[in-house]
Amino acid sequence: MRISKAWIVATKDMRVFLRRKSANYSLVLFPLIVSVGLPLVLRFVGARQGGLSSTRLPILMNSFSFFFLIGAALLPTVLASYSLVGEKIEKSLEPLLAAPITDSELLLGKSIAAFIPPVGAIYISSIVFMVLANLVTHNTLGYLYFPNWAIGLILLLLTPLSAILSIEWCVIVSSRASDARAAQMQGLFIALPLLAIYVASEVGAISLNTSTLLIISAVILVADIILFFLSTKTFQREEILTKWT
Amino acid sequence: MITIENLTKKFGKVTAVEGLTFQVKEGEVFGFLGPNGAGKTTTIRMLCCLISKTSGEATIGDYHIGKADDSLQIRRMIGLIPDNVGLYDDLTASENLDFYGKLYECPEGPRRENIERFLKMLDLWERKDTRAGSFSKGMKQKLALARALVHEPKILFMDEPTANLDPESAKTVRDFILEVKKQGRTIFLNTHNLDEAQRVCDRIGIIKKKLLTIGTPEQLRESLSKPKTEIRLAQVTETMLSTLRKLIPNKIEVSDNKLLIDVTDPDKENPAIIAAIASTGGQVREVTQLAPTLEDVYLQIVKETK
Repeated sequence: MRISKAWIVATKDMRVFLRRKSANYSLVLFPLIVSVGLPLVLRFVGARQGGLSSTRLPILMNSFSFFFLIGAALLPTVLASYSLVGEKIEKSLEPLLAAPITDSELLLGKSIAAFIPPVGAIYISSIVFMVLANLVTHNTLGYLYFPNWAIGLILLLLTPLSAILSIEWCVIVSSRASDARAAQMQGLFIALPLLAIYVASEVGAISLNTSTLLIISAVILVADIILFFLSTKTFQREEILTKWT
Repeated sequence: MITIENLTKKFGKVTAVEGLTFQVKEGEVFGFLGPNGAGKTTTIRMLCCLISKTSGEATIGDYHIGKADDSLQIRRMIGLIPDNVGLYDDLTASENLDFYGKLYECPEGPRRENIERFLKMLDLWERKDTRAGSFSKGMKQKLALARALVHEPKILFMDEPTANLDPESAKTVRDFILEVKKQGRTIFLNTHNLDEAQRVCDRIGIIKKKLLTIGTPEQLRESLSKPKTEIRLAQVTETMLSTLRKLIPNKIEVSDNKLLIDVTDPDKENPAIIAAIASTGGQVREVTQLAPTLEDVYLQIVKETK
């Protein structure tokens, strides 16, 4: 496999995304809400009489950190569905598949294009979030809460694993979908288990500490491997051309 | 350049193409004619390594279709213009070409030169920084032509390149095909358009799942039927007809004051026919030499297979 070929496809796809307003809005809106909105919530709740105790605050901040993981599962679905179903809609698959590029190079290129912008947006917004959250909680906690091991695990391990899972899921879904919106809608299902984990943490059923996050990482890694084989099976030249178009 | 032997493609129980055998020579414009669903696009897709063959053999240059190691080499040698142009609407004309130039491993210098050369040849240079999505159908088709040539392929596969184009755009595309032919490239042209096939193709194959016939446009016309001579007269008389029937045993049809005579060698036979008519006192008003058109050939051959 030649990475250079995959990169040519990836840069083309990323250029196309940057010119589509709807894709840009999706990339900006969620990270903006999480990075600025959640610290504002901390500020608002903390400012109320009594505020949040220094023992309750870390639990809430860990839960909020989990939003980046949910974002890592949600955002790639927008780009992956554009990347795959978009080719189907524009009927550009035939000349692309006739070019000297292997199926795996093409799949890798499309995956890189759906991976880099959302994960980049998540990383940038997480930095903003950490800075703002530290600012609004420093007086109560007496120390800078971020960075810590939990958000380190979320950003460096869980975020890429979730983004990969989301992209692989989209490849499978896109083979059946006839338009980008339908593919996006079906792609969003991948975030449901993560939302369930978030809700479980909020109701106190589980604690999002480092060991829990490591267990979640292991589960997502296994799911990544299974979906990798399923998506590569779906992404076959003849299958794409005769069934996708 | 292209050799096909007994090539067959089945989709499940449905046979799309059966037992194709023919060759396309280097530098030739080969026209593939056939009705919808005849297997033209399937054949191109097999030759472009887009779909697998069910059986048979096909080679492009020295490379074998269906052999995994040869597939990339074949794709480097060819350019494809599918029936849907398949451009990226959000990319500009030059970005569309640049993307494909890179995919085909065309070095930057020649790639830039080719982009400029082909866009200028197709009158698109002024619009090089315009997004392809805003182009008319004809402009998109021209851009697809440039895209297929940006890496200088030896063989160009074209699937109905002038379908749905206005006459002016269609002419530009046809002229461009002839220009590409002059450069020595082999062109495999799928088309419905008989006039187009007659104008640009060196040889034509007519397909309806199987190859029905193949030859130059002239050979195909000759294969259908003998030429006919149409003679308009002041009056057709019985004496005239009996004299003509003795002279030429060929078929003679009479309609009003017209004679329609099957001839094998018009240059030799027509003067004798006219002399025979004159000897019976007939007055010749007009003589027209009729030859079967490619459309006649196509319709008859396709009709015979029904």
